[in-house]
Amino acid sequence: MAKIQVKTKINGEETEFLCQPYDTVLDVLRRDLNMTGTKEVCSSGDCGACSITMDGRLVCSCLVLAAESEDKNIETIEGMAKNGKFNVLQKTFLEHAALQCGICTPGMLVAAKSLLEKNANPTETEIRYWLAGNLCRCTGYDKIVKAVQAAAEEIRENA
Amino acid sequence: MNEMDNKWIGKNTIRPDGADKVTGRAEYAADTIMPGMIWGKVLRSPHPHATIKSINTKKAEELDGVFSVATSADCVDFPVDTPVILGIQDIRWMARNVLAKEKVLFHGHPIAAVAARTEEIAEKACELIEVEYDIHPWAIEIDDAIKPDAPILHDFIKFDGKPSNIAGTLEHKKGDIEKGFKEADIIIEREFETAAVHQGYLETHACLVSVSPDDRTTIWSSSQGQFMVRAMTSFITGIPQSSIRAIPAEIGGGFGGKTIVYLEPVATILSKKSGRPVKMVMTREEVMRASGPTSGSKSKVKIGAKNNGEITAAQGTFYLQAGAFPGAPIRGAAGCCLAPYDIPNAHTFGYDVVSNRSKVAAYRAPGAPIGAYAVECVLDEVAEALKMCPLEFRLKNAAKEGTKAVHGPTYPVMGYVETLEACLSHPHYKAPLKKLQGRGYASGFWFNAGGESSAQVNITEDGNVVVTTGHPDIGGSRASIANITAELLGIDVNRVSVLIGDTATIGFSNLTGGSRVLFASALVVTESTNQVIDILKDRASKIWNIDKEAIEWENGEARPAGDNAGKFKPLSLVELAEQATPTGGPIGAGHQVNTVGAEGGFATHICDVEVDIELGIARVIRYTAAQDVGKAIHPAYVEGQLQGGVVQGIGWALNEEYIYNKEGKLDNPGFLDYRIPVCSDLPMIDTILVEVPNPQHPQGVRGVGEVPIVPPLSAIANAIYNAIGTRFYSLPMSPPKVLEKISD
Repeated sequence: MAKIQVKTKINGEETEFLCQPYDTVLDVLRRDLNMTGTKEVCSSGDCGACSITMDGRLVCSCLVLAAESEDKNIETIEGMAKNGKFNVLQKTFLEHAALQCGICTPGMLVAAKSLLEKNANPTETEIRYWLAGNLCRCTGYDKIVKAVQAAAEEIRENA
Repeated sequence: MNEMDNKWIGKNTIRPDGADKVTGRAEYAADTIMPGMIWGKVLRSPHPHATIKSINTKKAEELDGVFSVATSADCVDFPVDTPVILGIQDIRWMARNVLAKEKVLFHGHPIAAVAARTEEIAEKACELIEVEYDIHPWAIEIDDAIKPDAPILHDFIKFDGKPSNIAGTLEHKKGDIEKGFKEADIIIEREFETAAVHQGYLETHACLVSVSPDDRTTIWSSSQGQFMVRAMTSFITGIPQSSIRAIPAEIGGGFGGKTIVYLEPVATILSKKSGRPVKMVMTREEVMRASGPTSGSKSKVKIGAKNNGEITAAQGTFYLQAGAFPGAPIRGAAGCCLAPYDIPNAHTFGYDVVSNRSKVAAYRAPGAPIGAYAVECVLDEVAEALKMCPLEFRLKNAAKEGTKAVHGPTYPVMGYVETLEACLSHPHYKAPLKKLQGRGYASGFWFNAGGESSAQVNITEDGNVVVTTGHPDIGGSRASIANITAELLGIDVNRVSVLIGDTATIGFSNLTGGSRVLFASALVVTESTNQVIDILKDRASKIWNIDKEAIEWENGEARPAGDNAGKFKPLSLVELAEQATPTGGPIGAGHQVNTVGAEGGFATHICDVEVDIELGIARVIRYTAAQDVGKAIHPAYVEGQLQGGVVQGIGWALNEEYIYNKEGKLDNPGFLDYRIPVCSDLPMIDTILVEVPNPQHPQGVRGVGEVPIVPPLSAIANAIYNAIGTRFYSLPMSPPKVLEKISD
């Protein structure tokens, strides 16, 4: 089968790749572009470890065909720290011990960032429901929720 | 050490591996690539139980893009009648679990593997492998496996002289059980069931293996022990350990499930036969079908007590599923279940039952939650019958220093009573409850462990520190080791870098398990660091030309002491490192030892639930976990262990279960139907860190990782009873089961 040529933007960079019609964005990121920060855990949209944003919308990259990313703006974990500086969420996750094994962390951060861009003053319940699609097996979520609350507070203070 | 002087022990420092993990830079097993790499996939059994009559791989080998094919014929042959013990595993079973030999014993059992240019080609080639089976009846549940005419998995396993699926037993006895029950004013006996549950680590098993023509082998993989990977791969492939370098990748969760190998020996064979590096990554479905869950169980517990609340006798019988090969964690069930209590007469019995399920693997305090679930639920009923507060009842019977445990040891200093007292004085204990809300209590115990550990502490030329240990870090052990090293050296924690060595760069270290890592590695790191301090004092003595004994190490520098006090300007670590070459050469020290002195961990939990009687959903609305943690070196990551363990216990209690269909196949091999707790299911998990230091450890460390999963199963069951007046004797207490029971 002939491969499809796709032109897209990833973390602000123009990117071109060839993919099979059945390849997902996750396949291409990890296997072809060596952007392994986005994690593959379930490949069925149940865990959120492969969370990215596409034109600002939070998606599981395992559920989006690579061919669909033509002319899109993709943001992944690799683009979250800017100019060598952590995003506020990356900082609060470290300060609040909100990660253990770290395999869910990239997806969790991408999802939390997407929440705070929409709502910088979420309630605990709003945070818990927004992150309900991002599984974590190590932390029991307690410190993740607290890290998101702390980041939200910092964002509000600096607004 | 004076508590006031503590700069780093007990501080929530930033974990050394943190920056890599929040930026996506951390390298997990599936993130590794090599030039020329090809992909391996596994052919798995479509039957739960069958004899393999023949395997024909010819068509697969001929497919364009296929490089090599592996079957058990490529593995070292381990006769079934000769045990080959490695730690708690038997390589006879491990080899047959990695690639089936005479029989397939569960649906999903690996039969063969293919390495090809792409995963797609490898999958296609697997379908071309022809296997002839002689299909047998199968047994999934314990009752089916132990009934008189049960299909026998292994002919050579005998029980009472006859072929059987009961592969082993274990017994603990104390006092006179019959006399104990005679003394009791009240006796309660109940039967329980729990479903098999998976560890649910998010990272699927993965490895990359490169074998050169002279058999030199490099393995990158995610495991709880690179030395375990080296040893098991060596056994199964026949390549000597000295030729295998196992490099630990970051591990994306293990919880016990990565204490054995699945892919590494297979990838090694495929790489050896193809001459190419081979990468293998399991799918989630493969993880669920073929990697170890922990046992489902059946048990019966009987407890007798006097009207004054004194327990006179306790008896427990536990049948645990082992899966396809012997090795159910009966020691955890029968050994831990009565450990928190001082009971004069007791008898516990465990049965290791094989059936046509995937082989179980360790899961956080293996077996202990199963035993505690039954015992702690019966204790709740006894307390109720005696009209006693469940915590006061436990306090009255609590084990203390000097108590002879049912499982054998006499306890040294331990903090179980303190966990009960902490719960009794916590605001949660007296907080009001609304209608359909209930509160439950339970305690738990885990042995904890010591064992082999190695460390190397090196001073860099610029006067900073690199610490290398041999245990994969699954819970933040690097952060704790950095705290300890910085504390001992009296320097800023950011000057300490902590690494996990591979099998070629650090001495043998037993795997990460049994809540042993910080206990053991702190011991060897402390000894190594103290040796380094001794060397630093020696170097200062050479520079000052005074006796080493006249020098003290304080606050990161060598100072002249005694008669020489104040005579010389102190020499900092940086200054001593700069002069390392003229004063004797590189500064560093290592230590390796079989660590002893690990002491058990105790916990008591309080849980509030609210039951939706329309939907049958029991929701945990408040949770407090008190635990004797010895000494919290990094409190936030100790809390994290408690919170994570509690939430795994909540999943076990309320939702998680392996569901088999009529064909003997797992029906829910994914996170949609195997439902682990999600963020919106839960409240914050409060923790109370009780610190009763382990006197046999330089920092007072006790293992903390496993105990927290022990009490939740029964704490939740007891809370549900308190909420709606219905007792559940079967896990999970999932909505359909709750609804069914309420409507009865």
